[in-house]
Amino acid sequence: MSQKVLDALTTAHAAAIERTESQHGDEIAWVKRDQLVAVATWLKNDPAMAFDAPVFCTCIDRLDWRPLGVAPSQHWSEDKPRFEVCYQLRSSKHRHRVRLKIAVPEHDARLPSLAGLWPAFDWQERETFDMYGIKFEGHPDLRRIYLYEEFVGYPLRKDYPKEKRQPLVRRDDLTRSTSSVGKEK
Amino acid sequence: MGVEITTTRLSDAALWAKAAKQSKLDQVTNWGRKFSLFSYPFVTACCGMEFMSVAAPKYDLARFGAEFPRFSPRQSDLLMVVGTITEKQGPALKRVYDQMAEPKWVIAFGVCASTGGFYQNYHAMPGCDQVIPVDVYIPGCPPRPEQVLDALIMLMDRIQAGRGHSQLAIKREQIIASAAQDEG
Amino acid sequence: MADAQSLRQLVLGRKDVQDLSDTEQDLPPDLMTVNMGPSHPAMHGTVRIVLTVDGEKVVKSDVQPGYLHRCFEKESEHATYTQIFPYTDRLNYVSPMINNVGWAMVAEKLMSIGKDIPKRAEYIRVIVSEMSRITDHLTCVGASAMELGAFGPFLFFLKCREWLYELLEIVSGARLTHTYVRVGGVSKDLPAGFDERLTHTLDEIEKVMVEVEGLLNNNKIFRDRMAGIGAMTREEAIATGCVGPIARACGVDYDVRKDYPYSIYPEVEFDVPVGTTGDCLDRYLVRLEEMRQSIRILRQCLKQIPDGPVMIDDPRCALPPKVDTYNTIESMIRHFKHIVDGIKVPAGETYAFVEGGNGELGFFVVADGTGRPYKAYCRSPSFVHLSTASQLIHGHLIADIVPIFGMINMIGGECDK
Repeated sequence: MSQKVLDALTTAHAAAIERTESQHGDEIAWVKRDQLVAVATWLKNDPAMAFDAPVFCTCIDRLDWRPLGVAPSQHWSEDKPRFEVCYQLRSSKHRHRVRLKIAVPEHDARLPSLAGLWPAFDWQERETFDMYGIKFEGHPDLRRIYLYEEFVGYPLRKDYPKEKRQPLVRRDDLTRSTSSVGKEK
Repeated sequence: MGVEITTTRLSDAALWAKAAKQSKLDQVTNWGRKFSLFSYPFVTACCGMEFMSVAAPKYDLARFGAEFPRFSPRQSDLLMVVGTITEKQGPALKRVYDQMAEPKWVIAFGVCASTGGFYQNYHAMPGCDQVIPVDVYIPGCPPRPEQVLDALIMLMDRIQAGRGHSQLAIKREQIIASAAQDEG
Repeated sequence: MADAQSLRQLVLGRKDVQDLSDTEQDLPPDLMTVNMGPSHPAMHGTVRIVLTVDGEKVVKSDVQPGYLHRCFEKESEHATYTQIFPYTDRLNYVSPMINNVGWAMVAEKLMSIGKDIPKRAEYIRVIVSEMSRITDHLTCVGASAMELGAFGPFLFFLKCREWLYELLEIVSGARLTHTYVRVGGVSKDLPAGFDERLTHTLDEIEKVMVEVEGLLNNNKIFRDRMAGIGAMTREEAIATGCVGPIARACGVDYDVRKDYPYSIYPEVEFDVPVGTTGDCLDRYLVRLEEMRQSIRILRQCLKQIPDGPVMIDDPRCALPPKVDTYNTIESMIRHFKHIVDGIKVPAGETYAFVEGGNGELGFFVVADGTGRPYKAYCRSPSFVHLSTASQLIHGHLIADIVPIFGMINMIGGECDK
């Protein structure tokens, strides 16, 4: 539906776009990490693009990516980057949408922040940092947003167990064995 | 009684609470307390909507005397933990509970506050009784307002019998103090 | 006397209260840090704001959400697509049906069966969604009015909400968290006599709305507390990602039902109210008008709803009829596999969104061919709106935080997921 966006992107920033695809009516463009801010600025300011409305920013952890019905070469392996940060943008004038994806390796989990261009990504990038541990360079205030500072680890990563709690406070009498009537003297 | 009572198990404590009969004055004060509960609705999540419905005219909490919420722990005696408690919220809940004056009662409203509900994960606390002692648990997701009223009546019976957690704690201290006085 | 005064000043580091004169110059000009929340009556759930105030004026604020983070995404990765419906109910818990519809849409989009949903099921989805939207706005406006001191409208609107809850209960079985929609349709048909009851309820709600508008719209206290408070320009609203009644109050004409129509919204007529100044009063007026438009949509749907099945006839996502489940082994196994393994959604990813009570509520799902999603992200409008709260309360009094928060309609479950 917004194939012309992808065409314009590949024309204007051929070096920055790794590949484009279209799935279920969504247009996706894979952008190189160091060119992200340039591409995003162009998408915002160019009058034919006019992407002024941010929709969401999140991350996909491909550690357990072994989809059914797909060749094993498409599964995730150690040589591929583990994280894909996704930014979805919308244009209120032209009503087209695009998703930018940036591949981020685990050992170097950082990328430039887009919070300066669209203020909505301020909190959304904090959320991505909180849940996945991706560091956004140039973010005004990168700290945890949903979880407390004492929390260790990044819970939405596939290797964090769902029920691993890190409680801040518990009742004193819960850690003792049950009844002590008649036993203590 | 020379033994130090250190249990918080309701059944153990209830045995000697029954043995120690309530004086007339206790009965009258408990009657007064049960019909004038000032609740602190510690509302976090969806159960808050049902709490609003219970306070609304159709299911009317006012006829039990528990109508007016006091949004300060210093002025309330019934802490209604309404909705999921998360680990981040734990210290705040404990602080609010500690700030309330005795005697105080706690109702765990909803299955998230009772056991965590179907949120068994790294952030939802498996029940608010991990942090504070609870007198009455109301299951339901969210509980129907009739369940809440039933729980309130159950709590009022508990209050009248003097068997709320904090009432038993006060009684326990009195027994220990009088035992120490007898011995010493 | 002067020695005692200077000694006190030396000890305290500033002038003591008893040494101050009545003129302003002696009053200490320090900024004060005040904590609001996380358990606070006006916080609509649990949000903590650390305010730095100059007297009563807010100079800086740090809004801290996350006190209701219930790990929707992590739970979704371990649950089947149908098991996630209860989790979506509890996202925006004042309008749960709309979240259900959004989740069903994203699963249907991934399975490419979005066009094949029976018409009757689509109409039922829209009917219950609009009823949920009305309950959302009733709760928002009622609770905000109560926090400003107007107890009457709160009780009147709660009375209306009870009527709607009763109707939603006879449709789905639960008053609040319905889990009514399924992938491929809805779980059961509307009961007999529903049309008359709903029509009667809508008439009554309109009468109550007239009453409440009479109490609030031209009420000097209400207007003084709401007008000019928390205003936002159109460009700011778009750049900060605001959607829904908040953006529409600022003049942004964006409604998912009109701009990216889904379900049967193209077949019903309704208007989208758009405000001008973007302050709290505009948001309140937009919400009231939206309730009227929802009632209009409901009346049209009740006239236009066709007969037919309420679930798609596709064995990939529909449970077999009970008479077959109990009598044939194939249907029993199919039922078993659906419940235990879940609906198998082919690998892919997509973003589907609906117009929730607060605006564009979307689900970004990455599927991997099994019955459980690989990733299920919820784009919650309340989270985005809460991020603007810090900017909106800047420069206002502490007492103005109450109407601003009320009109943002920050639902904790949606914001913290």
